[in-house]
Amino acid sequence: MAADYVDWLRREGRIVIVGASLAGLRAAETLREEGFTGSLTLIGDEPYEPYDRPPLSKSVLLGKASPEHTELPRRRELDAEWRLGVPAAGLDLTGKRVLLADGEEVDYDRLLIATGVRARPWPVPEEAELDGVFVLRTRDDATALTEKLRAGARRVVVIGAGFAGSEVASACREMGLEVTVAERAGAPLVGALGGVIGAVAAELHLENGVDLRTRVTVTALEGDAMGRVRAVHLSDESVVEADVVVVSLGSMRNTEWLSGSGLGAGPRGIASDAGCRAFDFRGIVTDDVFVAGDVARSPHALFGYQFLSLEHWGNAVAQAETAAHNMICPASDRRPHMWMPAFWSSQFGVNIKSVGVPPMGDELMIIQGSTAERRFVGVYGFKGRVVAAVTFDNARWLEYCQRQIEQGAPFPVEYPTVDRRPEGRQPVAADFPDPSLPTHGPTVTLSGYSPADRRLVFTPGHH
Amino acid sequence: MRIVVDLNKCQGYAQCAFLAPDVFTMHGEEALLYDPRAADEHRDAVARAAAACPVQAITVEGLHQGAPAEPEQVLTGAPWEPRDGR
Ligand SMILES: Cc1cc2nc3c(=O)[nH]c(=O)nc-3n(C[C@H](O)[C@H](O)[C@H](O)COP(=O)(O)OP(=O)(O)OC[C@H]3O[C@@H](n4cnc5c(N)ncnc54)[C@H](O)[C@@H]3O)c2cc1C
Ligand code: SF4
Repeated sequence: MAADYVDWLRREGRIVIVGASLAGLRAAETLREEGFTGSLTLIGDEPYEPYDRPPLSKSVLLGKASPEHTELPRRRELDAEWRLGVPAAGLDLTGKRVLLADGEEVDYDRLLIATGVRARPWPVPEEAELDGVFVLRTRDDATALTEKLRAGARRVVVIGAGFAGSEVASACREMGLEVTVAERAGAPLVGALGGVIGAVAAELHLENGVDLRTRVTVTALEGDAMGRVRAVHLSDESVVEADVVVVSLGSMRNTEWLSGSGLGAGPRGIASDAGCRAFDFRGIVTDDVFVAGDVARSPHALFGYQFLSLEHWGNAVAQAETAAHNMICPASDRRPHMWMPAFWSSQFGVNIKSVGVPPMGDELMIIQGSTAERRFVGVYGFKGRVVAAVTFDNARWLEYCQRQIEQGAPFPVEYPTVDRRPEGRQPVAADFPDPSLPTHGPTVTLSGYSPADRRLVFTPGHH
Repeated sequence: MRIVVDLNKCQGYAQCAFLAPDVFTMHGEEALLYDPRAADEHRDAVARAAAACPVQAITVEGLHQGAPAEPEQVLTGAPWEPRDGR
């Protein structure tokens, strides 16, 4: 019977995907690739076909690409119905229906939720609305910001020195603009990579002429009589004049539309089992609702089965492929989403890459190169095991590090490496901030062992 | 042409930047920048770049001349290979 159902589903079932971006698109392609011939509907609130976001803070700001043209290449024809420019507003789990904001309803046999995250706005609405205040998540954000920067901006203030904020600061410096970065923590990137690596990132900012202010918060954005932003007030009572402010305080998961649906969805995302099947609010796994991408959190065997939320490009692709596969195969053929977390960022001309879950590590060893040269490999350890690695301009080592993590290699490490310096021989504290103290948004969050567990076990928080 | 590079895979070997310098450029020693919507005049160069990438990180749509509106999909970077998790 169950096999009959899967056969029928694959042939003429109705699959609906909510969220038409990276994860949604890659899932749709995988469904078709794996032989799904039923009806396929993609619902997206943005009026554009799926586009790529990472270039928005890199090539686009640097003038190498247009913000309007980062559409993702398709891997194949989709034969799908696109409902773009209209948000899903609700979900009827029992009736198996998605409710759209325009009042329409879309029935499904299986549903994939890939609604991602949005930029956390500046918390004071009147200040957030000032002309010259931006966030950077969408194509429209990027268009507005690049127009403003090219129209003769003079001084930019970036609030929050996570990856996105640091990339914006880097690009603005390359454009020759004055840039101040305000960060609540002691250094950039500390939420994602810890204080030791954060100190290296801080030097990069300073060397490239960024006016970096750490351990400060922004207390107010000041506007002029025309409603344009004029200055930024900091907690140390200093005032920085600015005509552009980029708010880069991490993100919020797009789960509000699911409230009351009975799904286990909330501010931390939507919990799923390792096979991408969403949990309902009781912690019982659903059979027809799947999740993938930035909005999802799921347990990972390599990291103590903690629920990981990963705001990483590669995770969205891999999880979408696994979810799509599992949506249309018999139970015995399901695969777990066991993707090794990985991301990249480029800033100030340095290629920063990572594998594993750095915030899980409490100790760090530099196993190649040196932090002083901005060219190194750092390995993070936790409870005697290697759990993550970071490279600055040394990406070729990552594959090796990944295998070490997969094999649960012991930490401290004893590699016979070619370019190992005395500074790397002893582990040092990786120096992550106290998770209860909010900092810029990290891109990896570990949040408890069970889907019903709302307690924060390890969440470097947001502002 | 639409282009995306899986920068988790990319190892900064710079073959693409050498073969299609108008589309791919190195930024610093190892970071790759590219134009996700390259002009058609660079089609041949992009095809060579995608084929030459040693880790097959480059995916292009619209490599074939006169591609229809929903173009035939051109697959480079062997996206259907089982992923190695990166
Ligand atoms: C500026 C920037 C730079 C980045 N750089 C990097 C990088 O260097 N490396 C890296 O690994 N990652 C990077 N990322 C992260 C990467 O882009 C994301 O991980 C990826 O986009 C996640 O894809 P997704 O499909 O899960 O979610 P999203 O891309 O967030 O897509 C979700 C989609 O769903 C839509 N949606 C939301 N709610 C609804 C609703 N109710 N109804 C219908 N549609 C809805 C949203 O509008 C959106 O279009 C960057 C992100 C940004 C913004
Ligand atoms: S050829 Fe491939 S690995 Fe080399 S820089 Fe280009 S995309 Fe990266």
